Amino acid sequence: MNITATLLGQMIAFVLLIWFVNKLLWGPLTGMMAERQKRIADGLAAADRGRHDLELAEKRAKELLHKAKNDSAEVLAQAERRAVEIVEEAKGAARAEGERLVAGARAEIEQEANRTREKLRAEMVTLAVAGAEKVLGREIDAKAHGDLLNQLVKQI
Amino acid sequence: MSAAPESSGGGTVEYIQHHLTNLCVGQCDPVTHKATGFWAWHLDTLIVSFTLAALIILASWRLGRRLQTSAPSGFQNVVEAILEFVGGQVRDSFPGHNPLIAPLALTIFLWVFLMNFMDLIPVDLPGFILGLFGVHYFKLVPTTDLSTTFALSLTVFALIVFYSIKVKGPVGYLKMFLFHPFGKFFIPVNVVMTAIEEVAKPLSLGLRLFGNLFAGELVFLLIALIGGTLAVGAVGWLFWFPLQVTLDLGWLIFHLLVITLQAFIFMVLSIVYLGMAHQEH
Repeated sequence: MNITATLLGQMIAFVLLIWFVNKLLWGPLTGMMAERQKRIADGLAAADRGRHDLELAEKRAKELLHKAKNDSAEVLAQAERRAVEIVEEAKGAARAEGERLVAGARAEIEQEANRTREKLRAEMVTLAVAGAEKVLGREIDAKAHGDLLNQLVKQI
Repeated sequence: MSAAPESSGGGTVEYIQHHLTNLCVGQCDPVTHKATGFWAWHLDTLIVSFTLAALIILASWRLGRRLQTSAPSGFQNVVEAILEFVGGQVRDSFPGHNPLIAPLALTIFLWVFLMNFMDLIPVDLPGFILGLFGVHYFKLVPTTDLSTTFALSLTVFALIVFYSIKVKGPVGYLKMFLFHPFGKFFIPVNVVMTAIEEVAKPLSLGLRLFGNLFAGELVFLLIALIGGTLAVGAVGWLFWFPLQVTLDLGWLIFHLLVITLQAFIFMVLSIVYLGMAHQEH
């Protein structure tokens, strides 16, 4: 029951065991646990950062979408306007062309009519001369009455 | 269950005495196997405690080789939980920072717990097995040997003195003895009081652990006696043996608490004492 030299042996063993526990158990494990703690903290920080980035990206995407919508609406409106313009232009051009054609045709008709009138006039002169010849029974000198006839023709 | 009483000639007192005798080498009485001088070695205490220490070292080494940071499994989880627990105790009770305290506390907790745990091995089993090899005295629980408990507490005491002097300085340490409880007009009283206070630390540490474990061992022995010497004849055996089993189981479960608690108390008190040594007055 009394204390013996065993005490010395146990003390030495105790000190050695403390050294071993520190070297083999406490040191590596606390180091590992600290590393794990750091890793977890890093992971959480990264997750936070990721969430933040995601929020930003979502915001930017929303903005972009909004802008794209606006742009497309504008483009559409512009296109519509342009279409109307083009249609109007085409209408105008068609109208002008039509008018031009009509005018051309009218001019041609007029020309034709004039020409026909001239022809008719000339023929009438001839006929009138012929009729007068017949009536008078003699040949009228075309030269002598030319001026008179021409005046007549012009009156018709 | 009780091979020992027969081999030692029977008798309750002899049975218990036999079980409380260490395997002594050196300055020992050849008849009673008690130590007669300081230079006696309790081989059983040394062998068991060294084996348990080696077990701790081996387990630590094996664990340290395949530590997993991200996915710890089984054993590593248990060790980590103990480490966290001990580390928490050190953080709570120890002011300042000293890298020695936590490994010391962990060592005390693990080693004392394992040595205490030997108390839960059936009292007659190791004696019986070793008796077959001609070893007739073997006290399995190292913490029922005062040499072990005082080895621990004196080491802690040495650290207390060392850190007291280191932190307070030799003069400060001396001043603590001279002026501590009552001021400068009661120097002789102060010296005695402080000396008692300081000596009481290792003494209470060592005796508390020894007392608890020794008493526990004794109760186990008494319970073992129920089926051993009290049971006479088949009828008596039929009555006493179930009683012994029931009592043994009850005490075992209770003692599981005691050994953990004692290891814990030894650890916490060591931390607190060393914390006190680190405080400057």
